Amino acid sequence: MFWNEELETISPVNLRELQLKRLRETLGRVYFNVPFYHNRFQALDIKPDSIKSVSDISRLPFTIREDILNNYPFGLLAVTRDEMVRVHTSSGTTGKPKAIFFTKNDIDRAADLIARCLVMTGMRKYDVLQNMMTYGLFTGALVMHYGAEKVGVLIVPAGPGNTERQIMLMKDFHTTALHITPSYALYLADYINARGIDPKQDLFIKRAYLGAEPYSEQTRKKIEELLGIEVYNSYGLSEMNGPGVAFECEYKSGMHLWEDNFIAEIIDPDTGEVLPEGTNGELVLTTLQREGMPLIRYRTRDITRFIPGHCPCGRTHRRIDRIFGRSDDMFIVKGVNIFPQQIENVLMATKGVGQNYQIVLDSLDQLTVRVEIARDLFDGNVSHLVNIQNSIVEALKREILVKPKVELLEPGTLPISEGKSKRVIDNRTL
Amino acid sequence: MGELRQISIFAENKPGRLEKVTRVLADAAINILAVSISSSGDFGVIKFIVDRPDSALEILKANGFTVSLNPVLAIELVDKPGGLHSVAEVLFRHSINIENAHVFVEGNRDKAYLIVEVQDLEEAKKRLAGEAVKFY
Repeated sequence: MFWNEELETISPVNLRELQLKRLRETLGRVYFNVPFYHNRFQALDIKPDSIKSVSDISRLPFTIREDILNNYPFGLLAVTRDEMVRVHTSSGTTGKPKAIFFTKNDIDRAADLIARCLVMTGMRKYDVLQNMMTYGLFTGALVMHYGAEKVGVLIVPAGPGNTERQIMLMKDFHTTALHITPSYALYLADYINARGIDPKQDLFIKRAYLGAEPYSEQTRKKIEELLGIEVYNSYGLSEMNGPGVAFECEYKSGMHLWEDNFIAEIIDPDTGEVLPEGTNGELVLTTLQREGMPLIRYRTRDITRFIPGHCPCGRTHRRIDRIFGRSDDMFIVKGVNIFPQQIENVLMATKGVGQNYQIVLDSLDQLTVRVEIARDLFDGNVSHLVNIQNSIVEALKREILVKPKVELLEPGTLPISEGKSKRVIDNRTL
Repeated sequence: MGELRQISIFAENKPGRLEKVTRVLADAAINILAVSISSSGDFGVIKFIVDRPDSALEILKANGFTVSLNPVLAIELVDKPGGLHSVAEVLFRHSINIENAHVFVEGNRDKAYLIVEVQDLEEAKKRLAGEAVKFY
């Protein structure tokens, strides 16, 4: 089923035409209303009508995170401040965050994209969505909330945390879907199992939407098995509406990126060159429908690729692969580039490993992976534990080419994150 | 052949772990009859024979410990020189490898048992069936 069949299955030719029309409108708006873009384009002698085709977009300069920070808070607005009805910020770790402003239409369009995402994964107005993302400055919860309302589902705006109460709400309100971070979903699944609750008997959950942090395919499988549900990947970033930029359909093989709302490019993060389809690189997004704060060729720092070929669901919007990593998350040990997701993949595929782990960097050549063991696989035998420990070391070494130190921990020892989790602890002073 | 069950608790190798476990058992008035600790670098397993193993399992689980309750082989030790040797001799003759062992003295202090953890408990029981050793 479709929320907007006409646009979701638009022919590629018509889609390019629509993209070009909207791109030129967007460029016109930023050229005349945003001094930052006006100056940039002028310096390169580009005018909105110099763009004759969608691929001409590669002539435009990139917008980077620092540009948003340097223009904080109002510098990138394309309409007056009184048109704005909401501001969200990114989870800035130090100093000022990135502020993103939305007009009434922007909010409505973001919600509309979420409605497409929910309907394509089977949500209907009789469903009940427990929204366990943080309500507030973070985009995750509110944008999903507005989209779910559009579909007409009942929303339980629970926010994260207080797991005991979450379960009570699920039982009492017959929750059928969850919107949750992967790390909290793992914790929740473990919590439910440890308390002898049978999710299939005692709960009504059919599906969960996971987003806001990168996670592995193995983690998805683990959550699906533990809770007996379907898990769908959601991709978004606060600079672009938050969730709903790209989303999985029923086939769960890549996330359809809504190309009538965004132009997506994959570039080589070092050279800025646009890469051929199917190659891994950094995702670059241009907003096509945003009034308040359009962004041109925004470098997301997320590493992914376009999945070649058509999706059997009939949607023509191209699919991006699961985010391989955020280029910010990459770290280097013994000269090797490592993404936390590579480590997570190995851990979640290993029997005996629990829900939580932590990567600790103490020096340039020492990587420690701290792993909680799985409660239900513990049989009291020390040599079995030593075997698990050794097999993790070997499997990690095969994947990341560096031999890590592996510590086994009691379940529940590592800090639980109910929002975005911090998996990598870098103690190095470089 | 009787069956003795042993509680095992996973513990990181850091101060205070045994204290925490034993406090939980003490508060529940569970009597510890034997204890053994096997460690491997950063972590270890604490093992107990207790008077009420099922309650101990439940209480430890409820307190967040990673616990397992498993049957073990318990062979009676005769209280005279060569007592342990005669048991060891039987195990050796049947090529039963000991992964872990400790001694447990029964409540009335009449009898002592060698608690033996082996790779395959059923197989060990089968092999020892005809022997002149007594089990718990």
